[in-house]
Amino acid sequence: MKLTIGFSVNGDSVEVEVLPHWNLLKVLRDVLELTGAKQGCGEGECGACTVLVNGAPVNSCIYPVLEVEGKEVTTIEGLMDKSGRLHPIQQAFLEKAGVQCGFCTPGMIMSAFALLKANPDPTEDEIRHAIAGNMCRCTGYVQIVESVQHAAAVMSGRSQERAGKE
Amino acid sequence: MSELFVGKSFPRADAEKVTGKAAYINDIKVPRMLYGKILYSTRPHARIKNIDTSAAEKLHGVRAVLTGRNTPNVRVGFLGDQEPLKKDKVRQFRDEVAAVAAIDEDIAEEATSLIKVEYEDLPPVFDPIEAMKDDAPLVHEFDARGKPRRNNILPLPWKLIAGDVNKGREQSAHIVKDTFRTTWVHQVCMGASGCIAQFDVNNNLVFTSVTNVPFGGKDRLDMFLRNIGLKSSTRILTPFVGGSFGSKLDTDIYEFIAVLLAWETKCPVKILFDRHEEFTASPPRQPAIATVEQGCDKDGHLTFRKVDMILDNGAYTSWGATTPSVMSIPVSTLYKVRNIHFEATCVYTNNIYAQAMRGYGNPQATYVVEQSMDQLAEAAGIDPLDFRLINANEPYTESPMRIKITTCPLKECLQEVKTRIDWENKHGKRDGRGVGVASFLHVGGGARVYLSDGQGIIMKVNDEGKLTIITGGTDQGQGSETIIRQMAAEASGLRYEDISIVLGDTEICPWDVGTHASRHLFMVGNAILMCAEKIRAKIRDLGARWMRSIIEADLNKKARRDPDFKAPQIDWSVLENPDNLDVCNGEIFVRDDPENPFLRMKIARVVRKAHLLGTGRGEMVTAEAFYDPPNEMIDREGKGNISCCYTFGTHGVEVEVDKETGQLRILNYVAAHDVGRAINPMLVKGQIYGAAIMGTGYGLTEEMLLNAGRVMNPNLLDYKLLTAKDKVPIDAVIVEPIEPSGPFGAKGIGEPACVPSAPAIANAVYDAIGVRIKELPITPERVLAALKQKEEEGV
Ligand code: FES
Ligand code: FES
Repeated sequence: MKLTIGFSVNGDSVEVEVLPHWNLLKVLRDVLELTGAKQGCGEGECGACTVLVNGAPVNSCIYPVLEVEGKEVTTIEGLMDKSGRLHPIQQAFLEKAGVQCGFCTPGMIMSAFALLKANPDPTEDEIRHAIAGNMCRCTGYVQIVESVQHAAAVMSGRSQERAGKE
Repeated sequence: MSELFVGKSFPRADAEKVTGKAAYINDIKVPRMLYGKILYSTRPHARIKNIDTSAAEKLHGVRAVLTGRNTPNVRVGFLGDQEPLKKDKVRQFRDEVAAVAAIDEDIAEEATSLIKVEYEDLPPVFDPIEAMKDDAPLVHEFDARGKPRRNNILPLPWKLIAGDVNKGREQSAHIVKDTFRTTWVHQVCMGASGCIAQFDVNNNLVFTSVTNVPFGGKDRLDMFLRNIGLKSSTRILTPFVGGSFGSKLDTDIYEFIAVLLAWETKCPVKILFDRHEEFTASPPRQPAIATVEQGCDKDGHLTFRKVDMILDNGAYTSWGATTPSVMSIPVSTLYKVRNIHFEATCVYTNNIYAQAMRGYGNPQATYVVEQSMDQLAEAAGIDPLDFRLINANEPYTESPMRIKITTCPLKECLQEVKTRIDWENKHGKRDGRGVGVASFLHVGGGARVYLSDGQGIIMKVNDEGKLTIITGGTDQGQGSETIIRQMAAEASGLRYEDISIVLGDTEICPWDVGTHASRHLFMVGNAILMCAEKIRAKIRDLGARWMRSIIEADLNKKARRDPDFKAPQIDWSVLENPDNLDVCNGEIFVRDDPENPFLRMKIARVVRKAHLLGTGRGEMVTAEAFYDPPNEMIDREGKGNISCCYTFGTHGVEVEVDKETGQLRILNYVAAHDVGRAINPMLVKGQIYGAAIMGTGYGLTEEMLLNAGRVMNPNLLDYKLLTAKDKVPIDAVIVEPIEPSGPFGAKGIGEPACVPSAPAIANAVYDAIGVRIKELPITPERVLAALKQKEEEGV
């Protein structure tokens, strides 16, 4: 029997009918057609399905959808600003080649996003720790780390600029 | 004029991928689409006595249930040794026994579980050496033509003989011989396999595919359609692809099954593998057992090399069985050695079968050759790095395989590693820390494995001055969309940001052999150079005919608006000859007077003028080119210059080994690579990092565990990929000898950085603790076992 649950996705509130055993990734991809988050394993191992729930990164493929009731979900589709400009992390992944095939990228960027929120100036080890659950077969992680470092610099540079103006 | 676009680290152009907008096969749905699911064998070797599909057929939502008994018997694969759905016999656990199409994935899954198959077990054989024996169970009783088979050895006798190995032996002061084993490893693309098959109103197949060989795939599917009795043909569409690493070169069995289901149901059918299925039912890199013997004279010059390989082919044949054609390159040509004997035997077993994987046999071959090089250096009492310098290949020489080496900075690469890894101070200590080195060569200028090694390209310039490039290649992440723009902007004179690329549709794109063998940049670059030359010529020609009238109209307009305006004196004759004109950055101008603002305009203006002439004689700016390089297929003796050029490199690794736990840590990793010319240094490094980490995984952690033919670790928890936490400090060094045959001097670099990692690590382990690990991966257990054995032997 389907149940109706309500939550917010990228700032929009949604109501969806779900079967109780469904996971969040299925609802995002199949019901809401937010296909940015990917299924790389469906078993909580690869991180391709990473989205934020109330700001914390989760493997949405094993996140029971009923638990999302009333919460805020952020996906890769929610990172660009309203004028369609890329988020600095997205931009950094292009500028520093943190993306190759791109399959791990949405999950990788969401993990980086959560990291930089909590820790605007992470060390390399902290970055590697934050993305340890996000597998990438293409890049060998080096340029992903560089992308996150670059994003951190850009983002903190901008906030300094703002701070200076205030 | 210096280059504006080539040689610079342009950011990646594929913004779709960072926004979630890139549509992979996982993300694509089409109206009325059904979901296909495959039932696999539960036995490694058995006769199929009966298949009962009645319960599955009755399940609500099921649209088709197919088996080998209700579908045409059509053989597929490169040796034609299987049918998509197995009818009488299964030969491996991944054998496709039945397939279902249903309205959703859950129903399809449930339906497969309702199919009952009765088997009669046959004796299996899993060890390739056992399988070669006369009394071994036959995996295939008959070949594709119905002729009885006498043994399990494939009819592919790979052999390369050059010079005289016996004479080489006689000239040797030192000889070493040893046997090494490599294991099954999987490509593990983050995006698993999948396809959508659908038929249009004319019964043509529209096939959305993850292939990187769209036209080869089309050929195979066209033949399949003919064999099932259809006269129609195939259109292949390729979406974004979540990695390939060789796994997407052949048309896989599930793809033929999707076609059968789509034809049966007359609905689009999607098959998408889950991770478990990806591990168990998509063909990986096969293991090798290799015996290598080589010798050198008293000065350390190599005298001969003999390599015998046995390859576990698994139950059927895909491109894995052809990897010896590439193995023969390092066996015959890595370092200077005149007397060569190479033989590889592929053997059927009841294991899963094998495909290509990044490096195409080169990782296995280099693993054995480079460990043997270390052993021989030690026997000769020469430092292993110096030993390699003594034997390093030289530019513009020919190897015993008739490989024509052009540019070759192998010595430079060795020197880079020597300095950066601090070889002099670190080598030879045996104190738990050690350094090891291994080199490689790989095709860098295409590989003629088919009659053509060509790539077609079409360019058109529209009247906004934008250039559209239509090409038959594919991108599986390497960055084609970025480097194509860079090279095209450089070659055509149009602006980088005005270039768009169309690929991924066999109906639109010109023919291409496929994006394999590290060939894409080399081929597309040369094709761009040919085609852009025609585009430039055409634009200059139009300029010579129409610039004057455009300029005159401008001047008149100015004069009308501003009575004080004085038109400049212009020598119109200079514009009459197209040779006086040049095109750069989206503008056309006079070559000898580039700053003159009156004699300079946007390309868009001349193209627009040509379109809108008003005379009935309008023209457009398009061009096409087909670049088919001057390389050769290897001949019956296994010899020939298969590529236009070869890329060389050396990896040096420093490791620390804990003798108590067997744990190994990589302290330093230098990867020096000859790339000809780096079109985009950042993307080149991306290929080196990614491949070197993949190669390190091959060396240290990755292994498909097969137990009696069954994959025991088909998930990402138990198949150990390196993660971001496994920090390997890689120093990627780019060496750039400008390659004359390459576009702007470039060579291909997609595969080879995964080749030398495992032997470099093995050599470093030896240097650290004095034991040689002859099997992959080099796990702590193997290290401890080897230490124990050494201790026992020492006693
Ligand atoms: S798909 Fe969720 S962790 Fe792999
Ligand atoms: S970019 Fe391909 S898996 Fe990360």
